[in-house]
Amino acid sequence: MTTEQATILAVTGNEAVAEAMRQVNPDVVAAYPITPQTEIVQIYAQFVADGKVDTEFITAESEHSAMSAAIGSAAAGARTMTATSSQGFALMWELLFVAASYRLPIVMANVNRALSGPINIHCDHSDSMGGRDCGWIQLYGENHQEAYDNHVMAVRIAEHADVRLPVMTMIDGYVISGAIGPMESLTDAQVQEFVGPYRPIHPMLDSKHPVTVGPFDGLHGFYMEHKATQQQAMERASRVIDEIAAEYAELSGRRYGLIDAYRTEDAEVAIVVVGSTAGTTRMIVDKLRAKGVRAGCVRVRAFRPFPAAEYAEAIGHCKVVGVMDRSDSFGAQGGQVFLEVRSALYDCDPRPQVLPFIYGLGGRDIFPANIEQAFTVLRDAAKRKTKTTVERRYLNLREE
Amino acid sequence: MQALTEIRWHGRGGQGAVTAAKMVAEVALGQKKYFQAFPEYGPERSGAPIVAFTRISDEPIQIYCGIENPQIVVVLDPTLLSIVDVTKGAPEDAIVLVNSDLPPAKLRAKYHIEGHRLFSIAATRIATETIGRPIPNTPMVGALTRIAGLFPLASVVDFLRADFGKKFPPKVVEGNIEAITRSYEEVQGE
Repeated sequence: MTTEQATILAVTGNEAVAEAMRQVNPDVVAAYPITPQTEIVQIYAQFVADGKVDTEFITAESEHSAMSAAIGSAAAGARTMTATSSQGFALMWELLFVAASYRLPIVMANVNRALSGPINIHCDHSDSMGGRDCGWIQLYGENHQEAYDNHVMAVRIAEHADVRLPVMTMIDGYVISGAIGPMESLTDAQVQEFVGPYRPIHPMLDSKHPVTVGPFDGLHGFYMEHKATQQQAMERASRVIDEIAAEYAELSGRRYGLIDAYRTEDAEVAIVVVGSTAGTTRMIVDKLRAKGVRAGCVRVRAFRPFPAAEYAEAIGHCKVVGVMDRSDSFGAQGGQVFLEVRSALYDCDPRPQVLPFIYGLGGRDIFPANIEQAFTVLRDAAKRKTKTTVERRYLNLREE
Repeated sequence: MQALTEIRWHGRGGQGAVTAAKMVAEVALGQKKYFQAFPEYGPERSGAPIVAFTRISDEPIQIYCGIENPQIVVVLDPTLLSIVDVTKGAPEDAIVLVNSDLPPAKLRAKYHIEGHRLFSIAATRIATETIGRPIPNTPMVGALTRIAGLFPLASVVDFLRADFGKKFPPKVVEGNIEAITRSYEEVQGE
């Protein structure tokens, strides 16, 4: 699969990620298999076995160990990657916080999958949305192309001197990870030049400048200051993500924003959505526009950092905004994206009403008709003189 | 989006429906078309009914949901006709291609199929005679190539030589090419 020319390939989403990893050629990949991510590390293990990469491949005995090994490797000074899904993500949980707080630029592909129980292997965003507060940058991709592009850009974002945070890139499990679709790759040389050589900061293997990583930092220490610097890095990350996207656009012709707004300029109603469902939403926006409805859509790309001002700018003028979450925060007023978007629009004056929708849990399919139903709710709400009720509305929920 | 063709595949685990769905997508790539192929994931048991989908378009494909209103339905196992509603959601003018020794008229009578444009091809028999194994997927692609008109037969043959050529010995590749060519010629309509 060595690509000398930029070329369009027919690949699964997992193959797209593995190809990006091969072209980056990280020093270390530590991983444990889990559906639907397994294909990524399986393909990568083959690259290693075939001598196509120089990577030290660590087969860990669990995701907890895989992330521990990734932390050790990154702290030692190696460019490090891993991949996971669902229960594997959950098992990494305590180490995710450690990786972020040590400011280790690990890049991880998370192929979104529901969490147990009931046991379910299909797509939803519960895994990574549950991990939104662990201090990692989160980029959500829509399709095969973005699976690849995000993973290449993630290396630069994570390693940027103003950021130095781990980055996770997401794709929808099965819907993208297992489906065949088109992906235009850069050449190996282009990717190598784009990511450049890795320059670790304070690597543990630099014996002339010994450092301690991960000591106790208690009551009279700097734990709180440490956390404040993590937040500062996250704030700087927004600008860095955008700058690197601009640089990547010159190379690839594909420009990605922190959000992906579609026909929102004069929109009266808009839907915010994450991942592969964005295309269906844009299709319905076009259909409604053809009927004279001022509809728009925003796709979430960076969820951490959350670019609140961009949402206010794009959809703050709408009468009603619907937010579609493919995960839930039980007992809260809606899913994670809803809570974030509603908060981002709070200071708009006048302020749009924001309504929560839940869809696609455990891989439940989401059809064009379901999105039209959501838009119908928004349009009805926009016509009312009084506020509409804000309970969760489920899309494609079984009635019986 | 009017240039979008949606194909739904019905088969049983082990018949290669998913491979066929992907093969059609990959041939489309060679024809500079946009494509998408995916199975409906479930328990992967040999013999259990499975569904797979292919979309082919002149424009980038933005939707990823399952196909509810297929223009083409491909049935790799005729016994599915009595247990699965294979034409569910298919419009009246949809093409329905069934792997069967029976000509379309007799197939209609036997399984009480109403409406649609019915085609049949003895794919299992052709596969046994050409490839030496009763795997009907590549013959079904040959028949589909003829009746769907999505791309020329030569493009499928070229793909098989290039792609199968990397994975299988020449005898298997040539067997598959013969299977596809025969099915292309022998598919029957009404």
